[in-house]
Amino acid sequence: MSLDTVKHATETPDVGQPWAELGLKKDEYERIREILGRRPTGAELAMYSVMWSEHCSYKSSKVHLKQFSEKKPDSDAMLVGIGENAGVVDVGQGYAVTFKVESHNHPSYIEPYQGAATGVGGIVRDILAMGARPVAVVDPLRFGAADHPDTKRVLPGVVAGIGGYGNCLGLPNIGGEVVFDSCYQGNPLVNAGCIGVMKHEDIHLAKASGAGNKVILYGARTGGDGIGGVSVLASETFDDTKPTKRPAVQVGDPFQEKLLIECTLEVFAEKLVAGIQDLGGAGLSCATSELASAGSGGMRVELDAVPLRDATLSPEEILMSESQERMCAIVEPDKVARFLEICEKWDVIATVIGEVTDGERLEIFWHGEQIVDVPPRSVAHEGPTYHRPYARPEWQDALQADDAAKLPRPASSRELREQVLKLVASPNQASKAWVTDQYDRFVQGNTVLAQPEDAGMVRIDEETNLGVAIATDGNGRYAKLDPYAGAQLALAEAYRNVAASGAKPLAVSDCLNFGSPEDPAVMWQFAEATRGLADACLELGTPVTGGNVSLYNQTGDVAIHPTPVVAVLGVIDDVTRRTPIAFAEEGQLLYLLGDTREEFGGSAWSQVVHDHLGGLPPRVDLDRERLLGEILIAASRDGMVDAAHDLSDGGLVQAVTESCLRGGNGARLIVPDGLDAFTFLFSESAGRAVVAVPRSEELRFTDMCGARGLPATRIGVVDGDAIDVQGEFSIPLAELREAHEATIPGLLA
Amino acid sequence: MTSRIGVVTFPGTLDDQDALRAARLAGAEPVSLWHRDKDLKQVDAVVLAGGFSYGDYLRAGAISRFSPVMETVVEQARAGMPVLGICNGFQILTEAHLLPGAMLRNDHLHFVCRDQRLRVENADTAWTADYEQGQEISVPLKNMDGRYVADERTLDELEAEGRVAFRYLDVNPNGSLRDIAGITNAAGNVVGLMPHPEHAVEPLVGTGRTDGLGFFTSILKKLVNA
Repeated sequence: MSLDTVKHATETPDVGQPWAELGLKKDEYERIREILGRRPTGAELAMYSVMWSEHCSYKSSKVHLKQFSEKKPDSDAMLVGIGENAGVVDVGQGYAVTFKVESHNHPSYIEPYQGAATGVGGIVRDILAMGARPVAVVDPLRFGAADHPDTKRVLPGVVAGIGGYGNCLGLPNIGGEVVFDSCYQGNPLVNAGCIGVMKHEDIHLAKASGAGNKVILYGARTGGDGIGGVSVLASETFDDTKPTKRPAVQVGDPFQEKLLIECTLEVFAEKLVAGIQDLGGAGLSCATSELASAGSGGMRVELDAVPLRDATLSPEEILMSESQERMCAIVEPDKVARFLEICEKWDVIATVIGEVTDGERLEIFWHGEQIVDVPPRSVAHEGPTYHRPYARPEWQDALQADDAAKLPRPASSRELREQVLKLVASPNQASKAWVTDQYDRFVQGNTVLAQPEDAGMVRIDEETNLGVAIATDGNGRYAKLDPYAGAQLALAEAYRNVAASGAKPLAVSDCLNFGSPEDPAVMWQFAEATRGLADACLELGTPVTGGNVSLYNQTGDVAIHPTPVVAVLGVIDDVTRRTPIAFAEEGQLLYLLGDTREEFGGSAWSQVVHDHLGGLPPRVDLDRERLLGEILIAASRDGMVDAAHDLSDGGLVQAVTESCLRGGNGARLIVPDGLDAFTFLFSESAGRAVVAVPRSEELRFTDMCGARGLPATRIGVVDGDAIDVQGEFSIPLAELREAHEATIPGLLA
Repeated sequence: MTSRIGVVTFPGTLDDQDALRAARLAGAEPVSLWHRDKDLKQVDAVVLAGGFSYGDYLRAGAISRFSPVMETVVEQARAGMPVLGICNGFQILTEAHLLPGAMLRNDHLHFVCRDQRLRVENADTAWTADYEQGQEISVPLKNMDGRYVADERTLDELEAEGRVAFRYLDVNPNGSLRDIAGITNAAGNVVGLMPHPEHAVEPLVGTGRTDGLGFFTSILKKLVNA
């Protein structure tokens, strides 16, 4: 096939082009012709098609996402906001922290190991591209029913992929989630988050400025893997009738990525980089157009200079390839030699592939012939915007009317005891150690807290003990019942988890996982969830710094539960003051903070005991969340509590079980006045935590809660080797441990 | 002047910073060594740290053993310089034939990361003198290829000569023969083990225990008294 040059395209305006096969709509193709004043070349068509895909352009979601900027709370912490590779927040002492959560859902269903592995690789490069050293990763995961045969294919592959890649990078895996629900059967959610740390002055941005500066592609050679992965995988729903798309999933090489990290940090340290971008979805198409679009000039690229793994690749394929472990840097001419020298030190291939020009066009050449001549902004930042129709689904009222309060409750103490054991052994509430023990949580020697703690926490300065904490949460069941409240509850839980560890919540990243935006009901869920999250972030004073949207998570016309996953980043001045979840000291007093109401809609109890989803999720009270957070942080700082655990899915009994097993001590509990034992144990009212208070601190702690108006109810004491609910039942720790820890290995090992 | 403990960084080494920190916390002067450099910078002892050098491609440790730095390490180790191989470092030591046996993939085929109890079976090596014979310690274990194997004769010899330095307690986490977690050479200067003592040197981080610090205080005392 002859080369489709710009000249050729101008001369042959009527050649038919495969825009539909590349995922473009007719009006989008027409718009490209309008922008260029001619038909696009094959290479240009490839670039526009990937960059205008849902995954890269956010064309269905961006009209809603702009609320995160419009409703942004005043925060001194934000250094870099939405739009860059990742947001950056100030954590004090001259340090800045960048963090982000991304999805790799569709690839992980097709090829669980590589899909998940490259998800980790991609988010780590995003963080690196901001100028930061990656210091920790987290992985919120959602799978189909725990006992479904396909879950046994997907989950072990995903977990091995995350471990195989992340462990090899030397990044501690400190948190995340594992959730099972049949709604994710054909659409597992593999979200990956990363935190990076840098000094303020080291922040780097993705822009190409300064005519004459060189464009250097470094890292792995470019191969045929992942070609079209972005537009084909992220924008279409799975359909059994089409041919397999396995080759579209990228293959990762974590060893290459580790070298890329160290090499990049060294070129940063020597201040050799004027602009930088990682190569992820849409590969070189994305990196060159985004760098040029964000900079002040144009860019000229010699595509035939790109080192290849497969010499037969066409220029279009090179532009679309999603080969992993590649970065693109803009380097001043007199720094190029030193840049290449450092790459050589780390055995990283580096090639000058072009330069920044004083023009306004992105121009790409193939053996001297021009194949791309486009305004970069039209590719990278001015893609289509859709105002998709949305409508509250007609089934929503019936779903909310199907109140969980009507479900039969345990009729006897014996039944109550049985349901407690059933709950803590259920796949969603059971110990996830089988998963997390496949991740290295110790490497780098700064891990202060890791799963199953409420939040992961790492030290970032050994001298001052400054640290950061992160928690990720999302509850698709709540969001299905009410997407506005569900998104707020996800934020509230992550916020609470961070505060329970003793850290002050600072900022938010989100990964919004939904079904098809072409379905007005799904679009309504998305609109409601983003509105809820933006409103709640404003109220809690935690700005959204960036994130990711994953749409088309559905099989046929059945969408997943709307699943906004929210990551909250917090800072703690002194990590020695952190609060773990373990009840480690016998005799300490247990206090329940917050109000407990009869709230069972979307609860773990309703799922485990009745396989029910209906009613309304727990009431949201963000003022209460903030007050609870302040109390937990103050109690941690001043040494008033030795353990704290947030209450969320599974309610009090789940939290107490985890804290007892973690500490190796039992608890004697008394049902407080005004509550029945069932509600006390299983309610999922938000804005609550349980804390263990040393007797010497009791007065000081209750005085503080009283003065601030936070209900604090003494519910028992850390004692013995059983969980004993007075007048109801007693369950030995050994029995609880067996129930809690045997489930996941039993299903998956 | 205090003793200098060198830590080698190969491409893909991950726990080098942790090992350097452990050496510093024990009171030694930590020195970074580079795989391409034959020069050991006058260090008194060397740690080969954990990680996935060369991505564990071909076989864990198989490529690293041919690096320039290893030429000097092997030569010096044979002359008596103390060398500690942790995890991937242990794998490199077996590949370099400074220690017998080999590591295979864990018997359960998963990466495993856990707090592991060990018994110190030999408290006379350069790296274990600060422990009591038979002392039980807990340090993190994390590996994919941690199953120690050797032929029966070698195993019998190791046992007979007291060269099994550490044994797993409670759980054999990877299927290692005779629960062997670590071994020493006959002279006691070269020690390798799969668990990570450098991750257990501060009460604040990791598992919250400092059971691993003894490796680094042991060597420091030996060097200072030498």
